[in-house]
Amino acid sequence: MSDNSPDPEQPPRRGFLAGAAALALGAAAAAAPIFAGMAVVLDPLRRRLGSRDLVHVTNLSVLPDDGVPRKFTVQADRTDAWNTHRNVPVGAVYVRRTPAGVQALNVVCPHAGCFVGLAPDESQFRCPCHKSSFALDGSINDPSSPSPRDMDELEVEVRDGGEVWVRFQNFQSGRPEKTPVQ
Amino acid sequence: MRSLLDWLDDRTGYRGLLRGALYESIPGGARWRYVWGSTLSFAIVVQFVTGLVLWAAYSPNATGAWESVYYMQHQMWGGWLLRGIHHYMAQVTIVLLALHLMQVVIDGAYKAPREVNFWFGLGLLFLILGLSLTGYLLPWDQKGYWATKVATSIAAITPVIGPALQQLLIGGAEYGHHTLTRFFALHAGFLPGALIVLVVLHVYLFRRHGVTAREPVDRPDGMFWPDQVLRDSVASLAVMATVLGLVLWTGGAHLGAPADPTEPYAAARPEWYFMFLFQWLKFFPAGFEILGAIVLPGLAAGVVALMPLLGRWKLGHRFNVGVAFAMIAGIGLLTWQAYAQDRSDPEFVQAKALAEIESDRMVTLARSPDGIPGGGALALLRDDPLAQGPRLFADNCASCHTWDGHDGLGNDPREPPSASDLHRFGSREWIAGLLDPERIATAEYFGGTDFSRGRMVRYVQRGIAQFDHEEQQQLSRVVSALSAEARLPYQAAVDSAEHAEIREGLELIQSEAMRCTECHEFRGVVEEERGPSLTGFASRAWTHAFVSNPAHPSFYGDRNDRMPAFGEDGILTEHQIGLIVDWLREDWYRPETPEPSPPAH
Repeated sequence: MSDNSPDPEQPPRRGFLAGAAALALGAAAAAAPIFAGMAVVLDPLRRRLGSRDLVHVTNLSVLPDDGVPRKFTVQADRTDAWNTHRNVPVGAVYVRRTPAGVQALNVVCPHAGCFVGLAPDESQFRCPCHKSSFALDGSINDPSSPSPRDMDELEVEVRDGGEVWVRFQNFQSGRPEKTPVQ
Repeated sequence: MRSLLDWLDDRTGYRGLLRGALYESIPGGARWRYVWGSTLSFAIVVQFVTGLVLWAAYSPNATGAWESVYYMQHQMWGGWLLRGIHHYMAQVTIVLLALHLMQVVIDGAYKAPREVNFWFGLGLLFLILGLSLTGYLLPWDQKGYWATKVATSIAAITPVIGPALQQLLIGGAEYGHHTLTRFFALHAGFLPGALIVLVVLHVYLFRRHGVTAREPVDRPDGMFWPDQVLRDSVASLAVMATVLGLVLWTGGAHLGAPADPTEPYAAARPEWYFMFLFQWLKFFPAGFEILGAIVLPGLAAGVVALMPLLGRWKLGHRFNVGVAFAMIAGIGLLTWQAYAQDRSDPEFVQAKALAEIESDRMVTLARSPDGIPGGGALALLRDDPLAQGPRLFADNCASCHTWDGHDGLGNDPREPPSASDLHRFGSREWIAGLLDPERIATAEYFGGTDFSRGRMVRYVQRGIAQFDHEEQQQLSRVVSALSAEARLPYQAAVDSAEHAEIREGLELIQSEAMRCTECHEFRGVVEEERGPSLTGFASRAWTHAFVSNPAHPSFYGDRNDRMPAFGEDGILTEHQIGLIVDWLREDWYRPETPEPSPPAH
């Protein structure tokens, strides 16, 4: 307001002070609702997932010997804003046998978060969205792949001789490095 | 910067617009009495801003509305403040509207050429009342739910279209998800949209006609900017300070327990500015509600709408002012009467206190580690012994029993109790009192029952009364051991600490000296079963089975006095019996970090 061009209607100096005071007081009146509104809008920034424990996903006996992955749902407790859900599906993983033991991959594509599918001939993973493709061990197998990194491998343990336990996590998509969503 | 603004002005002409908006001439100069319209604009803008953010956190469905508001209020940063500002600004808006309207009427500002703007203003008044009414339901708490039911039931008595109107309002044949989606759409979409249109028209016409200057104009004319704006800012700041004061003073907008169509709610009242209508309706007997709810208020609104036409005559203007004051006085009187009647109505006072306790308890449960299940928070309250026990006890047990001298809810028993007082039933104190010769035949225990002349009373009054010191010691072990059978959570610490005494007591119960097993079965030992089994006495399972059927052979058998078989006769469900039993055992969720102590009913 203050640097207006010379104006026949422009009030004199007293008017400037009154104008400044009007603006300041008006801003003061608006401060509380704006502050409260900003706090609520920004509240999601402090929400954290917390780390999940390993969960029992499947048993070795159902995994094919040839290393072809199988898809499993991961069940865990989940807090969704005001609701607490006990033992509900929270995500999905591919699990397969490897010469060294077992490998678990998050089904989510590291590129843009789509659900990566297994090709019909079970030779590779293919993302239905932007056509990233991955070898069965999760590594990028196409030089022109849009995905910035391999599929996300998850911590996995075999317990009591045959139970496959996985620590289910999601990771930030679109980045070359693997950063867990917390 | 300058050239950029020039470019912008060239393309948009914003400077002209700004000048037009700011440099409006005010005949007689800026005045404090012109601030009311601006404070209303300020209030409406605040409602839009806070409402939009609330919208971003609100979930309009019957199992998520209360929950999302709870989450906002208790878990989100600044949520309580935001809700508080929105809630109290709505109320302040009503006050400002009344002031604005009164000023317009008194000053005759509705007179030609401002008739149409007066009608726009009335339209705004009704829109804002509609916003208040729809907003009251959205938290889906008991208060809003029952108050809104009244409002929509009134809509249903409208001739011809009533039932259809009601069904359209509530989105079906009964309250549910679609009631909320529709009320929310009205509250946050249709009504604010209409409000914007009317505010624009109202301000446009106001600018076209200018302020209604205070006669005579004896001061030089002034400008809207900055002199009047400064006054408007000060007034808006005062409005905001009032709202913040209310928020801080009351702790923010209240959130009652979640709406429950199956639970009576005697504390249902509309917001204070509708209380006069609430009171008004009490004067209309059945068959005449339509007169009170629709015809007369419609006529009153009609008279107000006609004011600009009546005001053309000097006498008409006086009539208008008289009517306005009469309406304010009438509304004030009815409002005062409504509150006075509530205050002196013990039932209402109790219902309100109970509602307060329930809403606090609901928040405690919602915060518990188990959290709110997908089906909504109400399930937590329905499954909570502390919330349900007292009500169930009052409804089903208190016609004979008392609980700490009252009916569970704090009311004195209507008739003298005719069965035992069950406060801390099974505890050491309770059993010691039963075995006290002075007390067993009082109303606290068997005084009001057939058993007052029975063998147990005789034994206590003649046998135990003669106990020597050593036998008294043994009796106290018996009490400890028998009470330990109950496995009461509040006695767990002392039960485990006095393990040795309790073991001794267990043997004493079965001993001939104490004579318990002459009549009572205890762990398989009994001479002749005449009284209730003492195995697991007052434990959850024992008490549950007892309430289900006190005439079962392992309890009173055919000697049972008057107590109904609440379970076997289907008076109460298993679940309800469990709630009563858990409440008697004081077995309910307590937060680990102590909040205000569990409310005493």
